[in-house]
Amino acid sequence: MKNTKNKILPYLLVSPYLLHFVLFIAFPVIFSIVLTFHKWNIISPMEFVGVNNYVRLFNDKTFFISIINTLVFLVIHIPLQIIVALFLAEILNQKLKFQGFFRAAFFLPVIVSGVVVTILWQQMYGFDTGLLNRMLVSIGLGKIGWLTDPDVAMVSIAVMATWKNVGLYVVLFLVGLQTVPVHYYEAADIEGATRSQKFFKITLPMINPTIFMVVILSTIGGFSLFIEPYIMTGGGPLNSTISAVLYIYKQGFFYYHMGYAATLGIFFALIIFAVVIIQKKFVEVKN
Amino acid sequence: MKLFKRALFYLLLTIGAIAFIYPFYWMITASLAPENEISNLALFPSSVSLNSYSQMVDKIPIGRALLNSIFVASSITLGVLVFGSMVGYALSRLEFKGRNLIFYVIIFTMTLPFQITLIPNYIIMVKLGWVDTYLALIVPYLMNALAIIMFRQYFQSIPKDLIDAARIDGCGELRIIFTILWPNSLPAIVTIGIITFMASWNEVLWPLIVIRDESLMTMPQLVTLFSVGGRAESQLGVKLASAVMLALPIIITYMFFQKYFIQSMASTGLKE
Repeated sequence: MKNTKNKILPYLLVSPYLLHFVLFIAFPVIFSIVLTFHKWNIISPMEFVGVNNYVRLFNDKTFFISIINTLVFLVIHIPLQIIVALFLAEILNQKLKFQGFFRAAFFLPVIVSGVVVTILWQQMYGFDTGLLNRMLVSIGLGKIGWLTDPDVAMVSIAVMATWKNVGLYVVLFLVGLQTVPVHYYEAADIEGATRSQKFFKITLPMINPTIFMVVILSTIGGFSLFIEPYIMTGGGPLNSTISAVLYIYKQGFFYYHMGYAATLGIFFALIIFAVVIIQKKFVEVKN
Repeated sequence: MKLFKRALFYLLLTIGAIAFIYPFYWMITASLAPENEISNLALFPSSVSLNSYSQMVDKIPIGRALLNSIFVASSITLGVLVFGSMVGYALSRLEFKGRNLIFYVIIFTMTLPFQITLIPNYIIMVKLGWVDTYLALIVPYLMNALAIIMFRQYFQSIPKDLIDAARIDGCGELRIIFTILWPNSLPAIVTIGIITFMASWNEVLWPLIVIRDESLMTMPQLVTLFSVGGRAESQLGVKLASAVMLALPIIITYMFFQKYFIQSMASTGLKE
């Protein structure tokens, strides 16, 4: 009696997970593939359309724009984030007073909702009354269309996202910096190495794993870019800030093109996999 | 020279700190300023006015949204802690067929981009009749792979003797989890609790998809729709007031427990 009970018990404990896995992960993934061959607005019956959704995808200019926008966002956001985070972490990684306060201050935007951050920056980026343009005007420069100029808008969003997330990466880099043995620096000091030599020859190679982790984390975060353009620009001007997730959202929940939106979702996920795998390979080769 | 360097560091850090704190400070003071002063960038408004807040309360059900957010985020956090520790316990302390398979499945789900399951999950909500219910906001989030992995790891570090002693005393497995392991796993519970609560408090894409009924909306969704839907018109004060309402509960909690917030978020970053 006791023995059979012990045999069933583990399965009872994991059964909620299995149920959840089947309902919200396994079934959706399979159903998603089925959906890609159908046209469906949920209300009327599903209609089999063969590979139409795929043909449409490869001719969909807006979707490719949205992927390029997302990649542009990543290409600006990731290096900027690493440079700013490393810079702040390097300064913080010394015996300074109020270290805890500064760390907590940099971390503040990390815990606040992206909705709040976006509303705030929308005001700062305002053309006439925004803080940034007022500062530019006060030092005698012209105004910039932070969110209205198609060439600038995505950069503005990437800068905002950096401001929001950088505190987390400062903390991660601080942890990484503290793993570098002090005697490496001491030896370098004896050899008369300069500050920048120490940074490039000792610090950077030693914290390479942290940099890799930051790249992966912000890549995955960047690929889910949605609420910032949704609130700030609606994807405009001229589709210059429409992100892939925002476009999938529009196809699915504005137009109710469920089959097509599912196709976009799968295709986009494959791109995410590809990018992450390339990043991993790149790092392996480097090490 | 040394002194000059130190001063430079403090200057840079202070500029940095101002850049990260000032926007929030401005948001709060501007939301409390009289209407004609909101777009000034003054450090202190000439007088304090609750005008923006009373207008906000007239326009959107912000109180209801606050209660919804608290209810949804607390339910999810509780669920993730309970289910996460049950599964984590089975995976770390019990022997059964398929244990490794389940573990690898969980690891695999962590790498699966949500963009694949977004559309079919919405359809499931429609078919279950869960659109515009709390169930849609809560149930899909009750399991969290990262929480399971963290509990599994933490339970492995707890001495086996403790569990065996409890078994000899006749403790059932559920009682072992919640009365023996939990009190010995506070760091894991705090970490998982904080990240889960924060993530669900700030979640906005999924609510936008499954909730249309204003009385069921959580705060981020309500504030988002208010600020894009044009209902804020050009009333910046009301928009900022609603943003303050969304940010303040987390900021206040953060001020008291910032050490735990930073450690929790950093440790989950390190694990992925």
